[in-house]
Amino acid sequence: MIEIRFHGRGGQGMVTASQVLATAAIMEGKYAQAFPEFGPERRGAPVKAYLRVDDKPIYKREPIVEPDVVVVGDQSLFVSENPLEGLKPGGVLVVNGAYKAPVKTYYVDATSLALKILGKAIVNTAMIGAVVKATGIVRLESALAALGKYFTGRLYELNAQLVKIAFDQTKEL
Amino acid sequence: MTTALQKARTVLALTSNYAAAYAVKAADVDVVAVYPITPQTTIVEKIAEFVDDGELNAELIHVESEHSAMSAVVGAAAAGARVFTATSSQGLELMHEVLHIASGLRLPIVMAVPARALSAPISIHGDYSDVMNTRDTGWITYIAASAQEVYDTIIQAYKVAETVLLPAMVAYDGFLMSHTTEPVELNDEEEVRRFLPRKDRPNVLKPEKPITMGAFAMPDYYYEIKYQVQEALLGSLKVIEEVDREYGRTFGRSYGVLQTYRVEDADYIVVAYGGASFGNAREAVDAAREKGIKAGAVRLRVFRPFPADYIAKLLADVKAFAVVDRAIAFGGPAGGPVFAEVVTALWMRGIDTPGLSIVHGIGQRSMYVEDFVKIFEMLKDGEKSKVVYMGLRL
Repeated sequence: MIEIRFHGRGGQGMVTASQVLATAAIMEGKYAQAFPEFGPERRGAPVKAYLRVDDKPIYKREPIVEPDVVVVGDQSLFVSENPLEGLKPGGVLVVNGAYKAPVKTYYVDATSLALKILGKAIVNTAMIGAVVKATGIVRLESALAALGKYFTGRLYELNAQLVKIAFDQTKEL
Repeated sequence: MTTALQKARTVLALTSNYAAAYAVKAADVDVVAVYPITPQTTIVEKIAEFVDDGELNAELIHVESEHSAMSAVVGAAAAGARVFTATSSQGLELMHEVLHIASGLRLPIVMAVPARALSAPISIHGDYSDVMNTRDTGWITYIAASAQEVYDTIIQAYKVAETVLLPAMVAYDGFLMSHTTEPVELNDEEEVRRFLPRKDRPNVLKPEKPITMGAFAMPDYYYEIKYQVQEALLGSLKVIEEVDREYGRTFGRSYGVLQTYRVEDADYIVVAYGGASFGNAREAVDAAREKGIKAGAVRLRVFRPFPADYIAKLLADVKAFAVVDRAIAFGGPAGGPVFAEVVTALWMRGIDTPGLSIVHGIGQRSMYVEDFVKIFEMLKDGEKSKVVYMGLRL
């Protein structure tokens, strides 16, 4: 089982990112479980989302405390909390923008890419591309197909473009 | 002839709320009363989408409160429609008096309830305080543990409700299931409609054959009419099991009224309900067994009618059991409401297995697998006959 914990701020779409990746995994015939941890539902508040992917049915429904991968959509979260808490030895950080952390780190400048392509700093779809590149948890095509269940029309086209560009530009730090 | 099982599988990634909406569509429901409340709202949003897209031919009634939502489906069911509504928390509380009317009138209403904590203080998060307050309303009450089971159970609930003429509620964890995306295999909708044929009921208002519904009953009849509800509800357990088996034969999935995990040789059993409690209990069984404790877990899938004989049989010969309640029976003798039910079931059968009452997950206080391992350790250490408020900060 692979366990991923997403850290973002309300309005960045990290909950949707976890759902799109779960959907992609399910489309590949795997088992997946994605769920949010809501605090007060408002823009800007820290939000966590959890994703489990496995080849077997998943029964456990506890918050992920020892993730294999941590995804951080907003670096300011490193100031107010410790997103790396509980990260397994050998675990991976996927972060929006270069951030020096004492673990294996992949990064992409998701905010700039989102501003350029969407005209809005909604980074979730860029982070989907980054997670797929960094972890290979699903195939890029599956992520794009799953994206189509959450976005349609022009919004889908722009976000699909963003996923692909972010995938290409994600690098190990 | 091809059966549903031979057809291509359609597996979607759905939350339990969306799974509920897909079940309502498959059941070809006629009337849906809609009033929003977190965490239920996305069910009726999805149903509204289906109606708007022409995938479901249903009348959507936007009402001004949950009291009206239940009243509207009571009226529609009395007129012979197949009906649905959904609510949570305060909404279920506001419906409460009409819940009794629905069962008294013997109307086969089906309702989804993603279970949520009650005010005050205000909480949007999950626990089972709302559902437990409906204990004595005469409703059949299922508690599902996965999005797949929510889908399957709503379809089963229509068949059961329309057979025994009682309303049925399908509850599940607010947020921990209602908003969790997971795989759900959908049935062929034609097959579902064959599974749920439209049947004539005696209690339908028809102008050509007028009847009175909701009439006044004097002391000489009231008691008998309410006893019939009791008889029908207790008798529905058999129908629930038959429908579940028939569903299994048709669609390949069935659940029973209790789900068990490694109970065959267990010394200690944890009884739980809902997805988070049972899922974590199940994981804890494996962990406890690695520590040399012969652990097992039981999930109550049907809360009303209470499957007392089955529970008693499972707990008769174990060394001790615990019940994990996600609700508080305030001021009661046992901490949690379901613990009291289990103990009553045992006492009525002369069984004196030691039991431990655990209250946890209140207002969605996080429950961890480790907590459930601790429960098995407590049982092994001989702890019994007391209430433990787990996860509470003092």
